[in-house]
Order: sequence, then C-alpha cells, then structure tokens
Amino acid sequence: MNKQLKDWMNKLMPLAALILVYLIFAFIAPPSFISLKNLELIVRQTTIVGIASLGMTLVIIGGGIDLSVGSIVALVTVAIAWLLMTGSSPLVAALGGVLTGLLCGLINGALITRLKLVPFIITLGTLLVYRGCAKGLAHEQKIDAPLSWINELLAALKPEQSWMLVPGGVWLLILLAICVTLVLRYTRFGLYTFSIGSNEQASRLCGVPIEKVKLLIYGISGLFAGFAGLMQFSRLTVGDPTVASGLELDVIAAVVIGGGSLAGGEGSVLGTILGALIMTVIRSGCTQMGLSNWVQEIVTGIIIVVAVVLDRMRHSQKP
Amino acid sequence: MSKAQRLKLENIKVRFGGTVALDGVDFAVAPGEIVALIGENGAGKSTLMKVLSGAIIPNDGSMTLDGKPFAPSNPEEARHRGIAMIYQELSLPSTLTVQDNIFLGMELSKSFFGINWILDRAKMRSTAETALKELGHEIPLNTLVRDLSISDQQLVEIARARAVGCEVLILDEPTSSITRQDVQRLFTLMRNLKAQGHSIIYISHFLEEIEEIADRFVVLRDGKTVGGGKMGETTHDEIVALMVGRQLTDLYPKSKHEFGETLLELNSLVGEARLRSASFQLRRGEVLGIFGLVGSGRTELIRSIFGLDSIKSGEIKIGTYSGYATPTQRWSQGVGIVSEDRKGEGLAITRTIAENLVLSYPQSCETSGVFSPSRMLATANTWVEKLSVKCRTSEQKIGKLSGGNQQKIALARLLHHRVDVLLLDEPTRGIDVGSKKQIYEQIDSLACSGKAVLIVSSYLPELLGTCDRIAVMNRGKLSEPKSVEELSEHSVMMEAIA
Repeated sequence: MNKQLKDWMNKLMPLAALILVYLIFAFIAPPSFISLKNLELIVRQTTIVGIASLGMTLVIIGGGIDLSVGSIVALVTVAIAWLLMTGSSPLVAALGGVLTGLLCGLINGALITRLKLVPFIITLGTLLVYRGCAKGLAHEQKIDAPLSWINELLAALKPEQSWMLVPGGVWLLILLAICVTLVLRYTRFGLYTFSIGSNEQASRLCGVPIEKVKLLIYGISGLFAGFAGLMQFSRLTVGDPTVASGLELDVIAAVVIGGGSLAGGEGSVLGTILGALIMTVIRSGCTQMGLSNWVQEIVTGIIIVVAVVLDRMRHSQKP
Repeated sequence: MSKAQRLKLENIKVRFGGTVALDGVDFAVAPGEIVALIGENGAGKSTLMKVLSGAIIPNDGSMTLDGKPFAPSNPEEARHRGIAMIYQELSLPSTLTVQDNIFLGMELSKSFFGINWILDRAKMRSTAETALKELGHEIPLNTLVRDLSISDQQLVEIARARAVGCEVLILDEPTSSITRQDVQRLFTLMRNLKAQGHSIIYISHFLEEIEEIADRFVVLRDGKTVGGGKMGETTHDEIVALMVGRQLTDLYPKSKHEFGETLLELNSLVGEARLRSASFQLRRGEVLGIFGLVGSGRTELIRSIFGLDSIKSGEIKIGTYSGYATPTQRWSQGVGIVSEDRKGEGLAITRTIAENLVLSYPQSCETSGVFSPSRMLATANTWVEKLSVKCRTSEQKIGKLSGGNQQKIALARLLHHRVDVLLLDEPTRGIDVGSKKQIYEQIDSLACSGKAVLIVSSYLPELLGTCDRIAVMNRGKLSEPKSVEELSEHSVMMEAIA
C-alpha cells in the first residue's frame, strides 16, 4: 500500500538523514573518519546524550519539557565521586548516583503536578537548584575519586574485551532504548503518555490518572539523567559540578531532530537515538576535518532547524 | 437573472491529490441578498469557503466579483477585494482590544519622515466607532476581546469586515454557540446589512434559522451544487432530502422504552459557578433530556456529575455510590461522558482512531498487564464497522475524519466501555444529518438495552424526538422533568427563556 510505504518513509527519514550526513563526511573528511575506531568513538560519545534523551523522549511526547537534565547529570557525578571518596563500594556509588537522578526527577514531577505550573518554569527553577546543590556538595571544585570499574563503562575497550563489541555503557543505552520502546508500545503508561501530550483535557475526561503518569514521566527522565550522569562520571573519572552545562539543549535537540514534537503527542525512541547520533557524527566529522568548535555549533544549529522544517513539511501533506 | 450578481462562481473544481473535494459548484449572490449554503458535513462547504477566501486555489472553474475576474491567491487579497469570512470558531487574538482587532492586518498608518509607519490610532478609533455604530451596537473600543461574550466577539468580527469596506460577508455557523436572543440580534443586524446592499452568504445546520433569515438557498452534496431555490417555496423535508440525497423518513427512531431502577439521582446539586439547583432521577432504559440556552448552566451540570467541575453542595448518587468522584472513579462506576467540545476536550485529535476509542478502557486490550496494540486495532475495527465510520484504517489520526465520524468514535468509547449511564453533551453539534440519524438510533437502542442516557442539548427538535422526559435549565435552575407527551417546542422554549 502507498500509505504504508509513506509511513515507513516517515519513520526512516531520520535514518536517511544520518546516513546522508555520514556519507558527506566520509567524502570530505580525512579517511580516519570512517575508521572502525572512529565509529566506536562516535557511538561512545553519543551515549550520554542518548541515555538522557530517552527520558526526554517520554517527557516531550507527554507534552512537557525537562530543562534540568544537565544539572542532574552534574549532581550525579558529584554524588558518585563523593560516595566513592567516602569509602562506598563502586556499586553503591553507582546506585546512589542513579537514585539521586531519580529523586531529582520525582521532585520535578511532584512540583509540576502539585503546583500545577508549566514544566518549563519548574524545571528552569530546578536547573539552578540542582546545579547549586552540585556545587555546594563539591565545595565548588572537582572531587577526585579512587579508580574503580565505573571508569571503564565508557572507556575504549581493551583488546581482551573485544568480545563485548562496544563498552558497557553503550550496551546500557541499547538496553534502555529497547525498554522505553516496549514501554511506549506495550503498556497503558505508554498510551497515556501519548494521549496526555496530544490532549490533556481529553485524557482527563477519559479517566487517565494524569498526575500519576506525569510524576512517573519526570521520574523516569530523572532516572535516565542519573544513568547519563553515571556515564559522564565514567568519562571524567572525577565529580565535576560544572560539567554538562547546556546538555539539556543537546538532549532536547536529539528528540526534536528525531521527529518529536514540542507540542506533545509525537516522538519515537528510534528517532531520538538517530537524532543523537546525527549530532555526534557532525561533531566528529568537524573535529576530524580540523574545523573549530564554532563551525560545529553553526552546523548543528542549522541541522536542528532543517530537521524540524522537514518534519513540518511531512506532516502538512494533505491526505 | 435580472439583477447583476455581485459574486458569481461557475463550475468550481478542487482536487487534493486523488480526492475530489469540489466537483463543479455553481453559486451566485446578488447585492442585498442573503443566500444560505446548506450541506452535510463533508459536502464541500468549508472547501468552497476556503476558495472564496483565497486559502485554496481551485483547479478549474471561474469566479467573478462585480463582473471582474476574481482569483484571490491568499486571504489578504480576498479581503482587499471585499470578501470577509466570519468563522465558526472565532479567530480573534483575545488579548488585543476591540479596536486593535478590528484593524488587525489592515492598520491605518500615517507618515512620519516620509514613510507610513506610525499607527494612526485616532483615525482607527473614529473608523471603528463608525463601523460599530453602523451595526447598531456599542462595545467600548478598549475592551479586551477575551472579556467579550461570543456574540459580541462576532459583532467585532463583522465590524472588522465592515471597517475595511467588505461588501460580501460569509458567516460560517454563526449561531451554533450563541443564545437565542443573540441570534435575533444577529439576524436584525444581517437584515440591516442586507438593506444597505451588502451580500451575505450564510452557512448553517439549523433549517429553522435559514428559513427565517435567508432569501434563497443552495444545497451542496458530494462537492456539487445539487439544487437550490427561494425560501418559502420549498419545504423542510425537501431541503433535507436534497442534502442527504434520500428521503429521510424518520430522523428520530423511537421505540417503547422499559424503565427499570434508578441509576443516577441528583438531590439539589449546586455548582461553583452557574449551577444553582438540580434534582432528578434517571432510570434504566430512560432517555432524559436537558434543554437550556448557552450560559444556563447545563454544561456545568453534566460536568459536575462527572467530576470535571467541582460542586458546592447537594448529592449525586450513581447506583449504590454517592458523593463526589473523580472522572476516573466515574468511569469505574459505569458512567461515561461525551463532551460538547470535541476538539478541545472530547478527543486527542493528533492520535489515532483506535487510541481515542480505547483511551478510557485500555484494560480491555491487556493480557496480564501487557497492552496489545493489535488487540486495540481489532477492537477499533469492530466499532468502526458497527457504526459505519468512514475512514481509511483505524490507525488513521482522528483529526482527519469529518465531525460526524469523530463523534461516532467519541460515542463508541462509551459503548466499548459498556457504561450504564451515558452523559451526552450536545452529541450532534456541528455534524451532518446522516451521522445525526445514526447517533439517534444508537441512543434509542442503548435505552432499549437498559442503559440510562442523559442528553444535554440546545436543539429542541432532537430532544423532543429522542427523549422520554425533558427538564429545562433556566439561569442555573433545573425544572422538574416532564414527559415529552406533555411538552411542545413552544412550551419548552417558554420555560427556558422565562
């Protein structure tokens, strides 16, 4: 059927964009760009934004926004370093970090549902609050932590680990992506997330427990920011209260490039992951070509706008 | 035709890809004439209006305005040529003042250093005042539009058209959300405009109103002009037959209903805003109608029952439950609601038909906690077939359907949920006659199968046709329900406006 073909085309659009961007750089960037090593690097570099953007996908489908994820990531790195430094085992530290993220997310959710304020305002507030907490806890400096297996989660694989194909952190991203996809499709919570984002009034009328669903959405967003913080820590190997500032914008961009609508009710996990990959490929390509940071920023900015314009054009097609 | 036509359309055709939206429309309106445009939803009325206002460019056909070719390529151009649309859903920016709205997009300006870029507020004020006075109404020019009633907003829209000299006004369902008195005010205004030689195209579902105000009527069906004539020379039935292309023998099927035990009982219910007192009992197998004008508190009544609006005092009993409950609890008590505001509250229009249908009862598509999309689709397909909903697949976005088909899904949600008490707020608002008939049939068969149905409506014939008893809401007070046999259109209306 023509219609089904069109549906597939829509779904594959971000994939086509990713391949296109990759091919462009494969031609114009030095050969090292297409090396397997660089491919692995791209995937590793996507992990932090990718994991956080999975939570953001839920938030944006549900018609909300979470501006605090960057600050949560920083707070989580500090929390993990602090736990390690005070003698906790790496497992406890990792768990503690991730739970810190969950707690932050639940606070966001509780404030949004209790105070009945728009998520933009609440999370703009908590963006500052969580960042401040991170700085306070770290006394405004980096916290060094003893070496542990956490540091290997996002490090390049050692030769003897080549059976893993990619580092543990990337596997976590893949696992979480599959989980969120399944949750969106095969649970009542997924259906409710879409319906609240599409029309909150209609969902209320249908008896959807809006407050519970929203609390869960922001909780999950915080939880995923917690996992992203764990990955961030793994990369830095220290707790840094100033890290990931502005990360929330990359995360939102990934969702939007992947077809998520800020008006709510639309978005997909696959799209989001592809969106995150597109951004990393551009960065990597520009770096390999020796282009400065500012060029990367301009290119990424243009891609975001173009992606949304294309998306709009697809949707405005008459039946 | 003896008189010169002001606006004339010949053989207008519009295609979107493979679908034909207009397939040869002929239409004309003379100066000082009110022509009613009638047709079921989906007949092509909106497309035709979009052609006239320049939002759609036709693929074929010719249009002339005052004898000159007319082919607007955008709404601004149509407006400059003197054609103004007054939409069904008012489209004014609500935080601007009346004056700013009247001139929005056509601001008067004066020159400053040789360039016209300073707003000439004084001139706009006087022009706006004249335009509103000409319409015979006074609205302070610095009022914010959001503080006006819907009918005053309509006046502003008309003044907006007049202030820039538009002589052809197109009114799309202007009476669907205003009160009876305001309808009369609007009609007086329309007659004045007509006397001044303006042309009016009037789109409405209400045949009674068309008979009252229009000189001629034109019927569209399936994108074609299928007939027309002078008002007063054609009967109601003939017009309806033209619209649906078949003789509607009986719009309101009514079987004998057997009443059972009381399912819903209100005892002196008082709401937070308009609702001042309401008591009634609704029994199994019964259809109870609530008639009231806009603003009488009828919608608040139905929303309070469902827990969407809070209540001040009084008692709501549903079966064995009593007291206030949230919408979630109401569903589980076996109560369901269809909202009067389909787009705003009834449906999630960017989601699929299937999702909208099962939204209140996703449990029906679950196996041990796992939601099954394929079961959802199968469920939706059954209902789509049962209610003959016109759609491509039930995975289609519901916003793409016509109003009538959307409403069938909104009702199907309740049927699928198998609720015992159905609260229907304006269940046939803005939908075509064919879908209306189907909804009436559904209501009747629901009552026959022992459900209790509460219908709130401002369309009296439908209440008299479908209900067993009717209560009237007047300024927040609900009268004692009376059996329809004791009531006439006249007596109910008297009670509502007394």
